[in-house]
Amino acid sequence: MNKSPNWRETIITAVIRTCGYSAVVFVILIFFFLLREGVPALAEVKLGDLLTTRWYPIENHFGILPLLTGSLVVTLGAMLIAIPFGIGTAVFLAEIAPRWLREILKPLVELLGGLPSVVLGFLGILLLSPFLRVFLNLPTGLTALAGALLLGGIAVPTTVSIAEDALDSVPQSYREGALALGATKWQTIWRVTLPAARSGVLTALMLGIGRTIGETMAVMMVTGNAPVMADKLTSILSPVRTMTATIAAEMGEVANGSTHYHVLFFIGLVLFLISLVVNILASTVIFRSRKRAERVLS
Amino acid sequence: MKRGFTLDRFVIERLGVALITLTAVLTVVPIIGVFGYIIARGAPAISWEFLTAMPRDGMRAGGILPAIVGTFYLTLGTALFSVPLGIAAAIYLAEYARENWVTRLIRIAIINLAGIPSVVYGLFGLGLFVLFLKFGTSLLSASLTLSIMTLPVIISAAEEALRAVPQSFRTVSISLGGTRWQTVRRIVLPQALPGIITGIILGLERAAGETAPILFTGAAFFLPRLPNSPLDATMALPYHLFVISTQVPEMSIQIQYGTALVLIIFVLGMNLIATVIRSRARAKRQW
Repeated sequence: MNKSPNWRETIITAVIRTCGYSAVVFVILIFFFLLREGVPALAEVKLGDLLTTRWYPIENHFGILPLLTGSLVVTLGAMLIAIPFGIGTAVFLAEIAPRWLREILKPLVELLGGLPSVVLGFLGILLLSPFLRVFLNLPTGLTALAGALLLGGIAVPTTVSIAEDALDSVPQSYREGALALGATKWQTIWRVTLPAARSGVLTALMLGIGRTIGETMAVMMVTGNAPVMADKLTSILSPVRTMTATIAAEMGEVANGSTHYHVLFFIGLVLFLISLVVNILASTVIFRSRKRAERVLS
Repeated sequence: MKRGFTLDRFVIERLGVALITLTAVLTVVPIIGVFGYIIARGAPAISWEFLTAMPRDGMRAGGILPAIVGTFYLTLGTALFSVPLGIAAAIYLAEYARENWVTRLIRIAIINLAGIPSVVYGLFGLGLFVLFLKFGTSLLSASLTLSIMTLPVIISAAEEALRAVPQSFRTVSISLGGTRWQTVRRIVLPQALPGIITGIILGLERAAGETAPILFTGAAFFLPRLPNSPLDATMALPYHLFVISTQVPEMSIQIQYGTALVLIIFVLGMNLIATVIRSRARAKRQW
C-alpha cells in the first residue's frame, strides 16, 4: 500500500542529495578545466621564462612577474584603505552610533557593496583619475593608486558588514563589566570589545581582501594597463596591470589553443589557487571561533 | 598628578571616538556622493527613446534597449539554472544531511565557490560551455556561467532560511505521518520562502551587474537587435557601460551616465525588492 510514496521518497532524496553535492562538483570541475587549459602552458613556455619580468605576448615573452606585482601593489594599497576605514566604520556603527543612525548607515554601506564594479570603474575613469592627475601632478591619472582606491571602496562594504556583525555579537555584559570597572568607552572598545570580536573582524578583513584580489573590471579600467614591474615605492603612482585585468583584456583576442591562450588560463589557475588559500584560511578562522564559543558555553 | 592621569584618559577617549567617527564620515560621504552624482548626471539622459530604441551611430546615439533586454534575459537564464539547484542543495544541507566530513567538504566548497574571482568563472565558462560543450558565445553559456557564480549565495541564504524554521514544525508533521519530503514540501519550504526569495534576488543582483564572467561567454560588443534564441550572443548593461566608457572614441558623456544610471536602477531595484520582501515577511511571521 505504501509502495508508491516510498518510491517517490527514495527518488526525491536521491535527487536532493545529488544537488547537495553540486558545489563540490563545480569546484572540482573549475579546477579541472583550469588545469586542462592552463597546464599546457608549462610545456610550451619554460617555468623560468614565466618567472621573468617581461610580458609581451606578441613576441612570445610571457613573464608573469609584472602582473603578479601589479596585483600585489594594488591589493596592498586597497588593504591600507580597507583596514582603517572598514574597521573604523564597523566600530562606529556597532559601538558609537545611536541605533537609528546604524539602521540607516549599515544598509547604505552595503548598498555600495551591491554597486557593479564596472560602475565604479566608470567613475574612476571620469572623476578619480583626472583628479589624481591634477592633484598629484602626474603624467596620467590611470595608476595603481586609482586602482587601489577603487578596490578599497569595493573591500570596505564587505569588511564593514561582517566586522559589524562580529562586534554586535559580543555580549553586552562584556562592555558593562569594563565600564563598571571605570574604563572609558574608548578603553572598552580597544581592550575589550575588539579583542573579543577579533576572529570575526579578521574574517571580515580576509573576505574583503579576497574580493579585491579577484576584482577585474574596475581595476582594468583605471590602472592604465601597462605590464611593467611594480618593484619601487613610486610604482603606486605609475600604471600597472593586474593578473585579472590581463585575462579580461587579452582573452578575447587570442586564438583558442595558442600558447598565449594557455598562459592566460595558467594565470587563472594561479588566481584560483590564491582565492582557495585565502578562503580556506578565512573559514578556519570562523571554525576556530565557533569552537571557542562552544567551549565557553559548555 | 592624579588629576593629570584622568585627564589624559578622557582626552584619549575624546580623540579616539573623534577619529572613529571621522573614518565613518569619510566612508559614508563618498558613498552618498557616488550615488547622488550618478543620479544627477544620468537622469537627464533617461527618456522613452533611450530606454526603447536601438543604439545608432556606433552607439553614440539612440537607445540601449538591447542591453537592457540582454541583462534581463541573462538574469532570467541565471535564475532558471541556479534557483532549483540552489534550493535543492540548501534542502539537502538543512534537512537531510548529517554533520560529517562530507557536509564539511560541501561547506568548504561553497565558501570557495563564493570566493573565486569572477574572471576565473569567465575562463571556466569559456573552457566548459563555449568550447567543450560547443554552446558557443551565447546567452546559454553566459547564463550557465553566471548560475554557478550565483549558486553559493543562494545555497547559503536558503539554508539559513530553512534552519530558521522552528524544529517543532517538523516534529509535528512527522508525528502526523508525513514523510520527510512531505514535511519539507508542505511545511518547512512555505515557511522559509520569503527568506529564500530574498537570498535568490540578492544572488541574481550580483549576476546582473557582473561583466567579467560574460566577457568571453556571451557578451556582444555591438548587436543592434534582440537575441532570438538562447544560442545567440547578447548585449548586456554592464558590458555595454564598459564598452562605451573605454572602447568608443568621442562617446557622449550623457549616454554613459544614462547607461550607468539604468544599470544601477536595475541592480538596486532588485536589492530594494529583496529588502521589502524580507521586512514584510518578518512582520507577518508567526514564530
